[in-house]
Amino acid sequence: MDEKFSKIDIITSSSRYEELKEALNAIGISGMTVSNVLGCGIQKGHKEFYRGLSLDINLLPKIKVEVVVCDIPVDLVVETAKKVLHTGKMGDGKIFVYEVKNIIRVSNGAEGRDALRYTEDKV
Amino acid sequence: MNAVNAADTSFIIFATALVMLMTPGLALFYGGMVRKKNVLSTTVHSYAAMVIVSIQWVLIGYTLCFGKDFAGFIGNFQFFGLQGVGFLPNINYATTIPQSVFMLFQLMFAIITPALISGAIAERMKFIAFAIFILLWSTLVYDPIAHWVWGAGGWLRNLGALDFAGGNVVHISSGVSGLVAALVIGKRKKLKTITPHNLPMTLIGAALLWFGWFGFNAGSALAVNGVALNAFITTNTSAAAAALAWAICELVVRKKVSSLGIASGIVVGLVAITPGAGFVSPMASLVIGGFGGVLCYYFVTVVKPKLGYDDALDAFGCHGIGGIWGGIATGIFASKAINSAGANGLIHGNIKLVGIQLIAIVATIAYSAIMTFIILKVISMFMSLRATSEEESDGLDVSLHGEEAYGGIDI
Repeated sequence: MDEKFSKIDIITSSSRYEELKEALNAIGISGMTVSNVLGCGIQKGHKEFYRGLSLDINLLPKIKVEVVVCDIPVDLVVETAKKVLHTGKMGDGKIFVYEVKNIIRVSNGAEGRDALRYTEDKV
Repeated sequence: MNAVNAADTSFIIFATALVMLMTPGLALFYGGMVRKKNVLSTTVHSYAAMVIVSIQWVLIGYTLCFGKDFAGFIGNFQFFGLQGVGFLPNINYATTIPQSVFMLFQLMFAIITPALISGAIAERMKFIAFAIFILLWSTLVYDPIAHWVWGAGGWLRNLGALDFAGGNVVHISSGVSGLVAALVIGKRKKLKTITPHNLPMTLIGAALLWFGWFGFNAGSALAVNGVALNAFITTNTSAAAAALAWAICELVVRKKVSSLGIASGIVVGLVAITPGAGFVSPMASLVIGGFGGVLCYYFVTVVKPKLGYDDALDAFGCHGIGGIWGGIATGIFASKAINSAGANGLIHGNIKLVGIQLIAIVATIAYSAIMTFIILKVISMFMSLRATSEEESDGLDVSLHGEEAYGGIDI
């Protein structure tokens, strides 16, 4: 099989989610998994106060968007995400790209490239 | 003179229901400040007080507080099992409302007081040990102090100490006992990392406390009259003044006003005005609340961290310190023009009242501290007071109650 699948994880600020989703939809990505996550990188956190307690919070709330692609080039996804998310400041986020061995769609048993294709007549 | 007055009676029934709601309000106030693994444990401390004290009160609590005086220290068993407590007023306390209504009103005070202590020992005390503590503490600490201060023949009442709605009886006693319990039981693990899990819950709790406190303080006039309305005004004013003061302190020190700060200030203002609500003027209540807010802010955020004990939810910092200030402030600001049954305080030329208030405060502190220590030591001879290290790590909801507040996964 010459099919190559890639999984792209995009971790970024929760406030950028809507923009990112629209941009990914525009390049043909229709499926994604989104989670609320906590993370820390070089971005400094903030201070919180509860009565006498003051805390340095360095785990910040972020959003993680996971997409798996085959026909759509990984570079296009990465470039699109970079274009939408880039401000040049700390906290813009990170993108991870992985290889995926196989994809199985549970509803119809399709595997590989077919499992990523959603056409009107199959739904 | 022993005629039941329908307006007074209706008012006190209403006030009783208001005060009852304060204990679930307290459960929300405290529950929001703990971690989510301990919210049920913290909540159930207050509900346990509602259950246990309700039964203790009708059996022995009421009569120990308000039965015929024995040596100025405690009531006798005249009203054991509520015998003789009916529609006729008790002329020693409230001449225009049935004694049964007076009994119910006082019950709600007896309920919330041990519940207040639970803030000090939150997130680490064994539930059954705390339930037994509630029973013993109500009987051996609350009931005697309530008799000293409010009971006919009680020694502090005879001395002329003023405590309109429970500064000594409710707040100093519970605050000091909380401090002792926190010291006996010890600190929570990883203290510096513990943050509140649901501050909106705490804010709803603060609102319910504020709401219920109108019954607590205005109702303590035990009739519809000028004193009741004065208490209503001073209560609301002091709550606002203390919240404002706490918020200003935060703004100056940290450049930000926090919601927990406002909620804390509200409660401190309500505590501080409690002993004086029916004795001081509305203008005095501005000072009592305002200074109380600054004092407790300083104590909770600066002094407590230096001392290093773990009064988890500041039962002592808010109720103990706020109550002590309120008792002294009553000695300063009380006025016979506001309440002819009261006394004049320092600003009206009577320095003696401050001395009497200090005697009442010191007696309450000493008795509560010693008795709480003894009660905890006695309980610890039969069972562990403190949850095990594993139970504490897992959270008391799962380890002591076998349930979770918010489930494992969102489905």
